[in-house]
Amino acid sequence: MRWLIAIGGVAVIWAVVLIFFYLMWVVFPLFLPAQTRLVDGPAVPGWRDSGPVYLAVEEQQEVGLRLSTAGQLSFFDVASGRSLQESQLPVGQGADRGADRGADRGAGLALAAEAVERNGMVAAASTDGEVIVFRHRYETRFAGGVESRIIEPVLEYPYGEAPLLDLAGAAPSALAVSDNATGLLLATASADGRVRVNFARKNENFLSGEVELAPDVREMRVDYPLGGLAVSGNQRWLYVGDLDGRIHRYSLPGLELEQTIEVSAAGISSIGMLLGGISLLVGDNAGVISQLFPVRDENNEYSLVLVRQFDSLDSPIVRILPEERRKGFLVLTAGGEAAIFHSTAGRLIERVSLAALQPAALALAPRADGLLIEGRVIDAEGPRLSRLEIENEHPEISFSSLWRKVWYENYEKPEYVWQSSAATNEFEPKFSLTPLVFGTFKAALYAMLFAIPLALMGAAYTAYFMSPELRKWVKPGIEIMAALPTVILGFLAGLWFAPWVEENLAGLFMLLLCIPPGLLAFSWVWHRYDTRLKDRVPDGWEPLLLLPVLLLCGALALWLAEPVQAVLFGGDLRAWLSETAGISYDQRNALVVGCAMGFAVIPTIFSIAEDAVYGVPRSLSYGSLALGATPWQTLVYVVLPTASPGIFSALMIGLGRAVGETMIVLMATGNTPVMDWNLFEGMRTLAANIAVEMPESEVHSSHYRILFLAALVLFLFTFVVNTGAELIRQRLRVKYSAM
Amino acid sequence: MDSSLRTWIRSGVPWVWLNAAAVTASIALVAGLLLLIAARGLGHFWPAAVHEIVYQQADGSRLKLAGQLGSREHVLAARLTEAGREIPEGVETVERMLLKTGNRDLIGTDFRWIYEPSMLQVTQPVSMVVLEREEWGAFFGRLVGLRQDGELLESRDVWADFLGLLERTTQLRVQIRDLEKGAIGRVNFRLERLRLDERQLQLDNVTDPARFADIERQRAELESEYRVLERELVALNEAIRRDAVIMQTSDGQEVELPMQSIVDAWMPNAMGGFERVGHYFRKAWSFLTDDPREANTEGGIFPAIFGTILMVLLMTVVVTPFGVVAGVYLKEYAKQGVLTRIIRIAVNNLAGVPSIVYGVFGLGFFVYTLGGSIDQLFFEAALPSPTFGTGGLFWASLTLALLTLPVVIVSTEEGLARIPRSIREGSLALGATQWETLWRTVLPMASPGIMTGLILAVARAAGEVAPLMLVGVVKLAPSLPLDGNFPFLHPERKFMHLGFHIYDVGFQSPNVEAARPLVYATALLLVVVILLLNMAAIHVRNGLREKYRGLET
Repeated sequence: MRWLIAIGGVAVIWAVVLIFFYLMWVVFPLFLPAQTRLVDGPAVPGWRDSGPVYLAVEEQQEVGLRLSTAGQLSFFDVASGRSLQESQLPVGQGADRGADRGADRGAGLALAAEAVERNGMVAAASTDGEVIVFRHRYETRFAGGVESRIIEPVLEYPYGEAPLLDLAGAAPSALAVSDNATGLLLATASADGRVRVNFARKNENFLSGEVELAPDVREMRVDYPLGGLAVSGNQRWLYVGDLDGRIHRYSLPGLELEQTIEVSAAGISSIGMLLGGISLLVGDNAGVISQLFPVRDENNEYSLVLVRQFDSLDSPIVRILPEERRKGFLVLTAGGEAAIFHSTAGRLIERVSLAALQPAALALAPRADGLLIEGRVIDAEGPRLSRLEIENEHPEISFSSLWRKVWYENYEKPEYVWQSSAATNEFEPKFSLTPLVFGTFKAALYAMLFAIPLALMGAAYTAYFMSPELRKWVKPGIEIMAALPTVILGFLAGLWFAPWVEENLAGLFMLLLCIPPGLLAFSWVWHRYDTRLKDRVPDGWEPLLLLPVLLLCGALALWLAEPVQAVLFGGDLRAWLSETAGISYDQRNALVVGCAMGFAVIPTIFSIAEDAVYGVPRSLSYGSLALGATPWQTLVYVVLPTASPGIFSALMIGLGRAVGETMIVLMATGNTPVMDWNLFEGMRTLAANIAVEMPESEVHSSHYRILFLAALVLFLFTFVVNTGAELIRQRLRVKYSAM
Repeated sequence: MDSSLRTWIRSGVPWVWLNAAAVTASIALVAGLLLLIAARGLGHFWPAAVHEIVYQQADGSRLKLAGQLGSREHVLAARLTEAGREIPEGVETVERMLLKTGNRDLIGTDFRWIYEPSMLQVTQPVSMVVLEREEWGAFFGRLVGLRQDGELLESRDVWADFLGLLERTTQLRVQIRDLEKGAIGRVNFRLERLRLDERQLQLDNVTDPARFADIERQRAELESEYRVLERELVALNEAIRRDAVIMQTSDGQEVELPMQSIVDAWMPNAMGGFERVGHYFRKAWSFLTDDPREANTEGGIFPAIFGTILMVLLMTVVVTPFGVVAGVYLKEYAKQGVLTRIIRIAVNNLAGVPSIVYGVFGLGFFVYTLGGSIDQLFFEAALPSPTFGTGGLFWASLTLALLTLPVVIVSTEEGLARIPRSIREGSLALGATQWETLWRTVLPMASPGIMTGLILAVARAAGEVAPLMLVGVVKLAPSLPLDGNFPFLHPERKFMHLGFHIYDVGFQSPNVEAARPLVYATALLLVVVILLLNMAAIHVRNGLREKYRGLET
């Protein structure tokens, strides 16, 4: 029996330990490094004759797509290399052009580029400069049960099989394409500096649903050695990289040069667009990747700004592959090294050498959980297919992305922002915990400012001066205050107090200003004038006497608010604040939260401080009084210092409570994660953030784990505070019993 | 005079007064808060008078408005002139009042601000009727006539006939609801059971056709049972659609409302004192026993009360053994040393951890980890729809049990500490073992202390909302966790909670202004319950303190 009870007793420790370790266990994967594993694949003899122009793989990594220099497009099974579906692209060698069928035109494919929107659209350019657009997608069928999944590839030519752009016989050296709801944008350039752009507008036929393209072809010549092309996702800008290390920005469709920016002294070797089509990634010959995106200035004009540079890979960047669903990317260097980066976190996540495979073409899987590699042809068996398995669950988390200012896309400068999700995949998650921690401390600070004077002064009076009969009523009264659910405090603060404060802001400040002097005046009068009334009120019943005085002073203060407001602030304090003082005012703000949460924290501090002061042995105060000190002097110079550890622990526990409070903050602030000490603006705290976002976060995602991290931070804070307070209290108990 | 002022200040007495004022302020705040909730909450059920107002609008036209007058406030004339209204010179502020016009289906909003100077005539006509409806909120108007089966009804006392039809409609509504929730609900429950049984057979790779045939047979039986019930339901629905009432609004518009949509009706301006009091208690009772309507902004809060009580009961069943055992261990068995200090620190930490962390832990560990495993092992047939892998009554009770554990432990310890050593020593001297002493003598004597702890735990659980938001409380639960279908208690179901109801109605309602009185009423109920529980706990604790004072050596 004894063991059973002992187990039950110790189980309490296990409960705390379990909570801590479970939270750690959920948070831990955020900080794990990425893992990669190279898996060998089959050799594909059918690919021996022509090299790869484009390689792609679908979501489940079961079916891949290869476009060869001969214009052959084959869908193949990734595991075995077996071909599933073959077709010939109607451009380049063997193009099916009706009358020209069978004529050897001698052209093959030179380049292929994926649309910036990553919607399956691919543009392919032949060696004689013709560009056509096709789309590949994959349909999943289940014959019966999950095990029988069949993935069927589909090849489409949504805009027809005829070329949509051509360079009039010149060989293309760069290609870029963007395909969105309003238009198809194709850009290609030849090495001699000729750039051609087709800015085709889409017209949807209402009745048939067909989409027609209205082409608009422009041309320009550049006088610098052309390195690469990219188009922005909003189809407003064309970025041309030159080999000397500069990026030139042209407007579309007019092709006017708007900006030239120096990016790298080492010379540009590769450029690409990140998911969303906002950020431009530029790789140079020194192995450094730079990220640029348009930033708006005071005149509402956009210009490209170099935002960040990533760790050098010491070898020229050959290829940049952006992830399809996150703001990360993978690069291949000339030395055969593959490296994974994440833009928002600004860090290099993992490097792997693929030199042994001699990669000729790469395809990053849509979920960024695998890289398909086609190696160079080395023997008669044909090129080898290999796969790099990537496990990179939380790349966007790093110390700087959680705690430092980050320059997010479309922002004018680095900021602290918490904005965890939005409607589309292209959104850049902003996980800075700084605004939340700031909000937590702001709320706790204002609450403690309200609570500490009332609680400590009240506790000192109740424990030292109050008559025992009154104390018997006041202590349960404070306990009832502690028992009030915070939901009620929160809803009153949000629905009643906040509108009242907004209407009567001057009145609130008048209350603070008028009541203490009014009370002091009353106590002076009471002291000076001897009346029979004084004999009827025994010592220690002052609070009861002060109740009517308090209410009267309060009413007077509120009544005086109107004239004072009219004289000092032109009739409306609130308007004066916004217009004259320039301080913005939210209805649900830190003042409201401070009062409401202060109200919730007062009983906590009060009971512990009161116990501490009450426990000071009477002998100490009798001695002090005998030596001629007044009761107040005894309290301040003898009793309070003796009880100070207890009072300190009361404050610590109160602070712990204020930091962890959820419902009041949820209801009485605007829940906006702003970082401002302004008393009249809202905030978002860690606890309220968890309550708001946890039900909607994807289980085991970065967002989910960060919310657990916030919970862990709260747990650790209150653990430290409570343990400290408890140790102090235990020592105090020992000290008192010795006296 | 000067010197005495200086001595008075130096003696420190003014500071003592300020300290006393701090106590007064705190107590005044608490009392004020309770009075505020009581005043606004209690007023919700009183049948307020309906005024008819002849109102002059901004463009000079006159309008007849009807409704209940609410709060009034002063608006600066400047703000009104900005909005385009004409204000005579020399007027600084204008008073305006909030009028609850009701008739949302005709007007579009429930409330409207009207300016006092423009209220030309205000009367309280006796014939104004208030209709409480299932949709579109309240209706204010006059009774014109009744229709039955589309035919106008001849009657001498339209109001009495109307009340009679309302009675009939109410009875039919109750019958329909009982049929739908009771009999048809049972059939649906059993059909769902059969589907899960069939799926489980498939998962177990059972090919015996007899088993499947058996399920088919039961299914056919249930479906024929359902067809009978369905015919009954159709008949009842036809019966309830028979009547309609013709009402006329203050501005002369005539509307025909189906009786089906009317829940209650009364004539507030014609009621005498007794009638009003009777109406008040009737409404208060229906508030406690009815289901909510209109996205929780109207109706009653019964499911929230029921859910809270059920969860608290379940929580008590879980927390009592653990809390009492831990308290007993700390007080009776453990040697006072490092281990007990660590346990006390752990208890204090459990008490101090923010409640949202409990919610997060409950969600991650209980719901996803434990619940997911339970689903994989026992409820595979229902997957991918989670049974225990999602928030529910059981997980919510466990989470709150963890949260209120320290309260029970501390109270148990306190209760045991009050019992003088002499009693324990006497029992041991008579030959009982420590366990027997504990079980037969000490624990029964400490039971008031344990009860104090449970009462405080229950009070805490009734008001705690943050963790519940994550582990199983919902805005509107389609059914109660306790019903007539085996196994009668469904711990995987989501439930409603009183504290969460306040948050939801106050902050997640489509119509916060209309729902505000309801929020205050619910808050009043919650505060009253918690206060009563706390006062009971204090009373028990004081009694315990007195009882053993004499025995202490």
